Order: sequence, then structure tokens, then C-alpha cells
Amino acid sequence: MSDQFPILIVLAPLFGAVIIGLVGSRDHRVCMPVVLVALFTSLSAVIGTLTQVLETGPVDYFVGGWEPGKMAPGIHGPVEIAKGFGIQLRVDTLNGFLLLAIAIVSIFVSIFSIRRVNQKAASKTPQFYTLYLLLCVGLFGMTITGDAFNLFVLVEVTSLTSYALIAMGSKRRGTMAAFNYILMGTVGASFYLLGVGYLYLQTGSLNMAHIQEVLAANDFEIGRSKPVMVAFILIMVGIWIKMAFFPLYGWLPNAYSYCPSTSSCILAPLMTKISVYIMIRVMLSVFGWEWIFVDHVGWSDAVVILAVIAILAGSTLALAQRELKKMLCYLIVAEVGYMVGGAWLGDPERWGMSGAAYHILADAFMTLCLFLCAGIFAKKANATRIEHLSGMFKKMPLTMTGFVVGALAMIGIPPTCGFFSKFYLIRGGIEGGHWEFVIALIISSLVNVVLFFRIFEIAFFGAKPAEGHDHAHHDDEKDDHSTNDELTLLEREAPLRSLIPLFGTTAIIILLGVYNGQIVEWIRLTIKP
Amino acid sequence: MKWIALIAVTLTGSLLLFGVGDFPEWGDPHSPANQGPKLKSGEQVSKAVSQDFLTETYEVTKVPNVVTAVLADYRGYDTMFETVVVFAAGLAIFAILRVFGDGSDTPPMRAVEDDTFVEGDHSRIIIGTTCKLLIPIIQLFALYVIAHGHYSPGGGFQGGVIMGASFILLAIARDLKSALDWFSEKNFMTLASVGILIYAGLGVLCQFFERNFLDYGALKVFMISSDHPEQMARSYSMLGVEIGVAFTVTAIMFAIYANLSSRGELKEGL
Amino acid sequence: MLEFIQDNIQPYFNYWVYVILMMIGLWATIAKNNLIKKLIGMSIFQTAIILFYVSVGVKGEGSKIPIVNPYTEAKSAEVVGADQHGEHGAKGGGEKYIVEPDNYANPLPHVLMLTAIVVGVATLGVALAVVQMLFKEFGTLEEDEILAQIKNADSASPDV
Repeated sequence: MSDQFPILIVLAPLFGAVIIGLVGSRDHRVCMPVVLVALFTSLSAVIGTLTQVLETGPVDYFVGGWEPGKMAPGIHGPVEIAKGFGIQLRVDTLNGFLLLAIAIVSIFVSIFSIRRVNQKAASKTPQFYTLYLLLCVGLFGMTITGDAFNLFVLVEVTSLTSYALIAMGSKRRGTMAAFNYILMGTVGASFYLLGVGYLYLQTGSLNMAHIQEVLAANDFEIGRSKPVMVAFILIMVGIWIKMAFFPLYGWLPNAYSYCPSTSSCILAPLMTKISVYIMIRVMLSVFGWEWIFVDHVGWSDAVVILAVIAILAGSTLALAQRELKKMLCYLIVAEVGYMVGGAWLGDPERWGMSGAAYHILADAFMTLCLFLCAGIFAKKANATRIEHLSGMFKKMPLTMTGFVVGALAMIGIPPTCGFFSKFYLIRGGIEGGHWEFVIALIISSLVNVVLFFRIFEIAFFGAKPAEGHDHAHHDDEKDDHSTNDELTLLEREAPLRSLIPLFGTTAIIILLGVYNGQIVEWIRLTIKP
Repeated sequence: MKWIALIAVTLTGSLLLFGVGDFPEWGDPHSPANQGPKLKSGEQVSKAVSQDFLTETYEVTKVPNVVTAVLADYRGYDTMFETVVVFAAGLAIFAILRVFGDGSDTPPMRAVEDDTFVEGDHSRIIIGTTCKLLIPIIQLFALYVIAHGHYSPGGGFQGGVIMGASFILLAIARDLKSALDWFSEKNFMTLASVGILIYAGLGVLCQFFERNFLDYGALKVFMISSDHPEQMARSYSMLGVEIGVAFTVTAIMFAIYANLSSRGELKEGL
Repeated sequence: MLEFIQDNIQPYFNYWVYVILMMIGLWATIAKNNLIKKLIGMSIFQTAIILFYVSVGVKGEGSKIPIVNPYTEAKSAEVVGADQHGEHGAKGGGEKYIVEPDNYANPLPHVLMLTAIVVGVATLGVALAVVQMLFKEFGTLEEDEILAQIKNADSASPDV
């Protein structure tokens, strides 16, 4: 049984989606339990796989039993299975933690989504949850696969469901943003597909590990051919479009800020991060570190400069926004710059790439935390712009505490995970000699300080909400005792189904920070073997 | 916008043409993709998988059509998600477009026609009779394409699209309502889910016999009277999988047409 | 000129055509103003990739579609050791068909493109649904008019 865990991660949400598709329209109350059961099954399978990985090293799973080197029974006796025959799933320490993050984020967001989904079109609830689970299938599948073409198919599963999730609840501007997202997403995926085609043309295989073997043969003789270089550029550009890297970020802010908050809560933390993971995976497991950083030194410098521009542009544009969600979206653009830049630093000890991989996890939870808060503010207090947040510390102290933790992590204050990921990235920048990246990181942190303390100021010192209250003095410690005695506070505060995910997320942000050394050590088992 | 487009097109085009310069010639049977990558010294690095697909498929699966075997068996995991993509597209269009209620707030796409027969309107007779004759044949052909995918070009996707087209033809020739009488919204949404359930269910069934997901060879226990139980199990499972694909594709093709043509109201259509 | 064509374009004719098609598609996707034309461009763009992949799998004049016919292949078959596998070959005979791969087109690109076609159809369907929503909301399919309407709405009520 335990050897079937990797496939179970993907299958559980898939069956959940099918079950909702079958019975959901008859009774909408079925949806939520099915979603939770499916995602918790995935979570336990992820934990099972991850323990195996930590104990015995990477876990491989060959779908259909097409394991290279084994014998398949033929009519006239056994036939040896060649490399790349079937599709391979591979879990190592790099994607194992990401799978865990996806499972946790998707469970939190599904709890958050209870009774929020599509109040104006309640009859579409089962469709929403089917699409939601299919999105999870796509995200899990993209992360776990070891086959270059299978990755494309799952990218499309994810993209199609996310187009629908963005378009289904939005109005005017949101629909236009969804249309642009479809165009950009399709072009990006097509570039990726074309890149895989160029690789196939040169290597005759689609399995990532097999491609790497062929490219590296005889000191990268095949790897140095022109089509492979073009393939690399095409794949990178395709993934950059998908993750909204600097010159190609145009679609992201509108798409994520005008869609319903449940959709943005699942898409914003995961979609761009998974794309970053795919970039790291392609760099490490298809082309290989030596090919990129030893053979083509110039590329690294150019990409890091792009990343620096992305960080600065994202931070500056975020500073100009008055709308909370849009501001967070521009911060995502900056964070993507962190991760791409970190992965491309090329320092020999690979601290930059480790930092980027750790930042994927950290940023997923930081973004989730802030978007959950933005969703709660928009729903409960009808506050979508920064000015609307005035007096929010008094009105919704619990939610605001969560927001503060997320914001501090975004700024990079210990013991939150944001500090440590920046620490590793800066270490990589110094060792790789990319000072411009280090400076950009520090400037961006300072901009984040300005950005969030502006909000804190408005929320803390701003005009009091309608019913004045002489209760709170301090923002942090008062929550524990004020939840029980104040009925009015409970009424003003967000419901439990929104607070549980929020505080779960803040707890993980701090836990990730506290245990950063161990996690990075595990991640580095894959990144620098 | 035009300038951005011009720059993007020029850059991408020159990049792609730069890569073409080193390609193996078009139609070269010894190219890396067809025979396996070779070094300049002539040493073969590895064999291309497609070689093994061609030589061993009949041995392992008893399916002459290699494309079907690769699609439904070796890369069956891909194909399952391909079906999921179709399913997701149908759901997405439903989620985006579908409006419930009488839809009185949106103007109808065209004036509702009187359904009574008008003297001298022969076009309707011709179209109606032709459809009556054609639709059963189209559906029969669709079933043939689905079932004969092992021996000739065909399979679940192609057959499913043809089957879906027969319902679309009915909707075009008469109106959407009469097509929906045959194949209601509830039915096609259920059918789409059932298709994926068949596909993934077959895969999970293999897991119950302690093999990996989609390892159809595990189902040899059901092939009692066959000489080559494992190979026949693969062959029949592929048929089952293709049927699942056909269900989903049929349902979703019609769902896409029905929603798009009626602005999500599922009332009259074009 | 003629030599250049013979050396550089003729052997790669399909690849040149695919690049040109793809650039037409990319141009339409970015530069066209009408949303439907953008989608047509997107479809051309995807179709060009299909042409590329299928061209990779071509094996010259003599190759057939990748359907292995065991009855014609049997002519070139040789008998393998019946003593080893005799018990299996009770009806099928003890001969293994030797398939010459060069006689058949490469099946893998065809399989991959089946997937890509399906994905293209699905994306186009969703995109058309979104375009219908846009038409319902804005009453036009011209991008500049839609953007102008959004801008007007923004300046009319900046606080919404």
C-alpha cells in the first residue's frame, strides 16, 4: 500500500471532483465533506511519501508499471522496458515539501470557502468545487511528475480551471483580465510545449531524467547543439509568462485582484510558486546545473538583472496602489523576482537556489495569509482599499493580528519565515557576487516596511469605527482574553471558518521560520547532492 | 501594441529559425527522435523510445495500432488528464456562461420562430429528412471509430467528437430544445463524470491486484479463456478506457455547443 | 539565392512553414484589436506547434502509418525458440514478428499532438465563453472600446 502513496496524492482529489460532478448537483451539501475528505487523503498520502523520502531518498513511481529495466511479459516471452517508456512520478525533498504546502494551502482555502462561494449564483457551487479539486489535481500533478510532456498536460489542467475560477465570479474588468490571462497563459504553455518538442527532437525522449542523461553524454555534446539552447530559452520564456516574471507580468494584477476572494486565495499563493518550482525543476533535472551555469555564464547575469528590475518594479508599483488586493498582487510580482533571481544566482554552493526553493514554501504561506485577510476585510467590513482599513485594529483585532504576522513575514522580520528566506537569498547573492541582487532585496524590504506600516498606521490610529470601544490597548496580547468575554467582538470579528485557516497559516509561517535550518538542509539534499 | 507585437514576432521568429539551422533534415529516419540520439563520433547514446514502441507493442499488448497503445497504455496517465482537461473545459464554460431562470433580461438571439409548418417551406423538409437519415449513421460510425481504434485510426477522442457532432447536427437542423430532449443537461454532465470515473476506476482496479495505477496487465484474472491473458487484458482495458474517454468527449462537446450557442440559457440556440 | 533555398530551406521546408505560421499567429494574438481575431491568432499559433511535432515524426517516403499489421509482417518473421516459449504460442504460433521500425512513422508525436489538439479545443471553448461574457457586459468585441469603457468607469467612480 505504501508504495502507492505518490499516485494517491493525485487520485484523491480527482475522484473527489468526479464524485461532486456526479452527485453534487442533486445535493449541494455533499460538496464540502467530499472536498475535505479528498484533500485530507492527499495530505496523508503526501506525509506518507515525504517520510519515505526523508528515510530512504527519492521515491519513484512508474505509472502503468513501465519501470525501465524491468521485464514486461510479451506473447513470445518477456520484453525489456526501455528508459522513458512510460510516465514516471518522482518525489524528492524539493517537491515533497511543496506537495505538503499545496495540500495544506488547499485545505485552508477550502475551509475558508465555506458559505462564501458564489452567493449570487449558488446553483454553481458544485461546479466551483469540482473545478477547485481539479485545480488541486493539476497542482499536485505538476509538482510530482517526472515527465516533461505530462507536465504540459497538467499545466493545462491547472490553467483551464484557473481561467474558470477567475472568470466565473468576476464582472467587467475581471472578465477582461480573465481573457488576457487566457491569451497569455496559452502562449506561455505553447512556448513550453514547443521547447519540449525541440528537446524531443534532439534526444528522442520525454522523461526528464533520461533527457538529462542524453544531454550530458560525452561532455554535453548534444547539449551544446543549437536546438537545445533554443529549447531552453523557449521553456524558460514559457514558464516566465506563467509565473508573471518581469516583462511578462501584465496579466497578473488584474486577473488576481478582480476575481472572487476564494479564487484569489488559492491561485495567488500557489500558481506563481508552482511555476517557480517548475523552473527550478527544469533547470536542475532536465538541463542540469553545469549546463546552465558553467557553460553559459552570461545567461545568469542577464536573468539576475531582469529579476532585480522585477523586484524594484513590483515594489514601486505596489507602493502606488490604493487597493489592498492589487497592492498584494504587485508584491507577488516582486516576490517572483526574488525567487527567479535567487534560482539564477549561480553561486557554487547553490545557496541562492536553496533560498529560492525555501522561499517558494515561505511565500506560499505569506501570500495566503495576506490574501485571506484581504478576503475577510472585503467581506466583513467591505474594505477593499487601504483607507477603508482605518480603525481595523479595534474592529477586528484577530484578523488584524493575522495580517500583522503576514506583513512582518513579507517585510522579513525574524522569527517569521520571510526573514530566513531573504537571509539565504542574500547569502547566495554575496557568494555569487551579484551585489545588485542583494541591494534590490534590501530596497524591496524597505519598501515593504513603508507599505505595511502605512497600513498599520491607518488601521491603528485611524478614525474609530462607528461603535466606539475603550477596550484595546495593545494589538498583540489582548486577543487571548478578549475573544471570550466580548460578544460584540465576536460579532464584529470574522467567523470561525475564516479565522481557523488564518491562524493555521500564521502558525505555519512562524514554524517554517523556526525550523528553517532543518528544512533547508533537507531541500539541499536535492539541490546540491 | 503593434510595435510590441512586431518586436515579439521578430525576436521569436529569428530565435526559432536560428534553431532550425541545426535540425536533422525533414523526414530523416535516422534523426534522434526517430532512432535515438547519436554523438558526432557515431556512438549511439540511447535508443529512441519510439523504436521500442513500434517493435514491442504487438508483443506486449496485442494491439496493432501503435498510436492507440501508446495513448491508452504507455502514456495512459497523460491521456487521463487530457480527458480531465476536456471535462474541466465543459465545467468552466458552464461555470462562466450558464444563466438560470427564464433569461428574460437578455434579448433572444433571433426571433422565436413559429414552429408550425409553412406551406412552401421545403428547406425544412429537406433538412429534417436528411438529418433523420444521417444522424443514426453518424452515431453508428462514431461507435465504429471508438471500437475499432485498436486496428485503424480512431479511438475515444475521435469517436466521441463524431458522436457529439451528431447531437450538434440535430441542434442545428431543428433547434437546441429538441436536441436537449434527447440529451438533457443533467445527463451530459453526469455522462462526462462517468467517463472519467471509468478511466480512473480501471486504473484503480489494477491497484487492487497489487500493481501500479493503470497497469492493465493486472486484470489478466478476468481473461479466463484467453491464450495470452496479460496481453488481452491490456487490449481490452484500452478499449474500456477509450469508451470512458468517448463518454466524456461526447458529453462535453455537446455541452460546449449548447452553452455557447444559447448564451448559457440552453433555450433556443442558433 | 537558389542554392541558399536548396541548402537551407528545402530540407527544412516544414520547419520554415511552421515558424511562419507561428509568427502569423503570435502577431494576431498581440496586435489585433478584435477579440475573436485574437483567438483565431491563438489557434493558428497552437496549430503551428502541431505541424512542428508531426514533422518531427516523419520518416521519409517509404514509411507507413504506425499500425503494425501482424499478417504482413509475418512474411519477414523468423521462428524463435519454440522450446522456450512453446507453451505460450499454442495458437499464435512460435514465431515472433520482427517489425522494422523504419517502415513506420514515429507514433509518439502523433500521440502527443492528440493531446495538444484536445487542449487547444478546450482552451478555445473557454476563451469563447469568456468572449461571450465580455460581449454581454460591454456590447462590443473591440479591445480598445472595452478598455475605453473600463477607463471611463474608473474615472467616473474611483472609489468602487
